[in-house]
Amino acid sequence: MDNHATSPLDPRVLDAMMPYLTDSFGNAASRNHPFGWEAEQAVDQARETAAGLIGGKAKEIVWLSGATESDNVAIKGAAEFYRDKGNHIITCVTEHKAVLDTCKALERAGKARVTYLGVDETGQVDPQAIRDAITEDTILLSFMIANNEIGTIHPVREIGKIAKEKGVLFHCDATQGFGKIPIDVNDLGIDLLSATAHKIYGPKGVGLLWVRSRGPRVRITSQMDGGGHERGMRSGTLNVPGIVGFAKAIEIARDEMEADEKRVFALRERLHKRLADELDEIYLNGHPNERLAGNLNISFAYIEGESMLMGLNGSAHPDQPAVAVSSGSACTSATLEPSYVLKALGVGDELAHTSIRFGLGRFNTDEEIDQVADLVISEVKRLRELSPLYEMAKEGIDLKDYFAGASH
Amino acid sequence: MASYSDKVLDHYSNPRNVGSFEKDDESVGTGIVGAPECGDVMKLQLKISDDGVVEDAKFKTFGCGSAIASSSYVTELVKGKDVEEVAAISNETIVEELSLPPVKIHCSVLAEDAIKAAVSDWKSRNGEKPSGES
Repeated sequence: MDNHATSPLDPRVLDAMMPYLTDSFGNAASRNHPFGWEAEQAVDQARETAAGLIGGKAKEIVWLSGATESDNVAIKGAAEFYRDKGNHIITCVTEHKAVLDTCKALERAGKARVTYLGVDETGQVDPQAIRDAITEDTILLSFMIANNEIGTIHPVREIGKIAKEKGVLFHCDATQGFGKIPIDVNDLGIDLLSATAHKIYGPKGVGLLWVRSRGPRVRITSQMDGGGHERGMRSGTLNVPGIVGFAKAIEIARDEMEADEKRVFALRERLHKRLADELDEIYLNGHPNERLAGNLNISFAYIEGESMLMGLNGSAHPDQPAVAVSSGSACTSATLEPSYVLKALGVGDELAHTSIRFGLGRFNTDEEIDQVADLVISEVKRLRELSPLYEMAKEGIDLKDYFAGASH
Repeated sequence: MASYSDKVLDHYSNPRNVGSFEKDDESVGTGIVGAPECGDVMKLQLKISDDGVVEDAKFKTFGCGSAIASSSYVTELVKGKDVEEVAAISNETIVEELSLPPVKIHCSVLAEDAIKAAVSDWKSRNGEKPSGES
C-alpha cells in the first residue's frame, strides 16, 4: 500500500515490452536498417499515445529517465534558456525534492532567484499569492499537480490562467496525477509537464517531459549533451522497451482511469472509515476532498510512526502479511527531521512523527484493506498501551504545557 | 529504517514490565524524559525499598522500536540492584545488549537519562537532594 512510492508492473505492460527486450532490440536512432526503423516506429507510436493522454502533440514529448530528470531538465533548461528575459522562479515549499533541490542548485549557481510559497492547512497554494509574487523578472512557475505525501491537488487551472495572463511559463510536476486524474495541458494552461512510468504500473527508469510547441513555443537548454536525440533536448539512446511499456501503461490508464479511480477511492474510504470508527484521536492530513483517490495520510496521535511501521512491515510479526506503508516520522527519513510537507501544513512535529501514508492502487483488494485495517487497529491499540503520552492525555494532562521547554 | 536485531524485535513484540505505578507512592521514583516533538518520550518508574534496592520497575515509551526496546530492557536490568549502582548504568550497556546501530544510540542515551531522572525523583521524595542540585 505504498503506491505513491512505486507500483507493480501491470502484466499487460510486461507483455507489450517483451518483444523489445528480445528480438526487436534496435536503436531508434539507427536510420539505415529495419531494426532501427522498427524501434523508431514503436517510439513514435508511444509518443502519440502519451501526448494523447494530456491533449498535447506527439512531437512535444521528450523521453528521459524519469520524473526527477524531467523536473531537472524543465526547470534548469528553462532558467538557462530564458536567462536574458529574467531569473525569477516561483514554486512552493511542499514540492518534491526533485523540484526544490533543483531550484536550490540554481540559486547556489547564481542562475536564479526563487520564491518558495507556503500552503494552507490542506496543502493547497493560494493562487493570489502566486499572482502577488510575480515580478518583471519572473520566467517560470513550478507547481505539482498532486502531492506525493498528502495527495492534495493544487488549483492547477487557476495557476495556468495566471501564467498566461502574466506571460510566464508554467511547469507542472504531474508525477502523482498523470494517468490518475484527467489532465489536459491546454485546458489547464501548462507549458512543461513531467511524468514517470513506474507510478502508473509501468517500468522504472523511463519518464517524459512534455514541452509546449505553440502558444507559446517553449524552449529549454539541453542538460545532456551528445547525439542530439529528442530534437536536441535530451541526448542519449532511447530506452525503447521502457518507452513501449510506458505507452502501454498510459493506454491502460486512459481506458480504465475512471473505473480504477472509483474503485481505489472506495478502498480508501473503506479503510478510513474502519480506522475512524475503531480508533480515537486520528487526524487526516491534507485536503478532505481535493486529494488523490488512493491517498490516505493519517496521524495516529501518541504513537511514533516508525514503531508503527515495525508492527506492519513484517519485522516484528513475521506470521502476518507484511504491509508496505511509509511514515512522515523523522526516524524513517535520512535527515532525522519529520516530514517537511506536514510541517508546511502547520502539522506540529509531535503529530508529524505519528503520521502514516497509505498509497492505494489498482492491485489492492477489499480483502487486503480489511486485513490492513485489522492490523493497524490492533497495533495502534497495543502501542497506545505502551505510550506514556496516551496515558497522560487520558489523565487530562496538557502535553504542550507539560513538555514546554523540553528539547531534542 | 534499518533492520533490527533479534533482541530489539523481541522487546518490541513482547515488551517487559509495561505499565505504571501509583506516582504518589513514596517508594516510587518517576522519570519522564524526551519530548513529543522529538519523536520520543520515555516514562520509567522504579519502586525502591527503604534500604535502596530497586524492587520493581515499569515503563511506557512513545518512540521507535529501538526506544521501546531500550526502556523495556532497562526495566529488567535494574531490578534487584542498589539504587547507586542503577544510577551509574551507562547507555553503552544498552547499546551492546541490543546491538543498536549508530543512528539509534540516542535511544539508549534517553533510557540512561530516564534511569537518572527516576532515581533523582526518588531521592528528592525521600529527603535526599537530587544529584546536580545544591
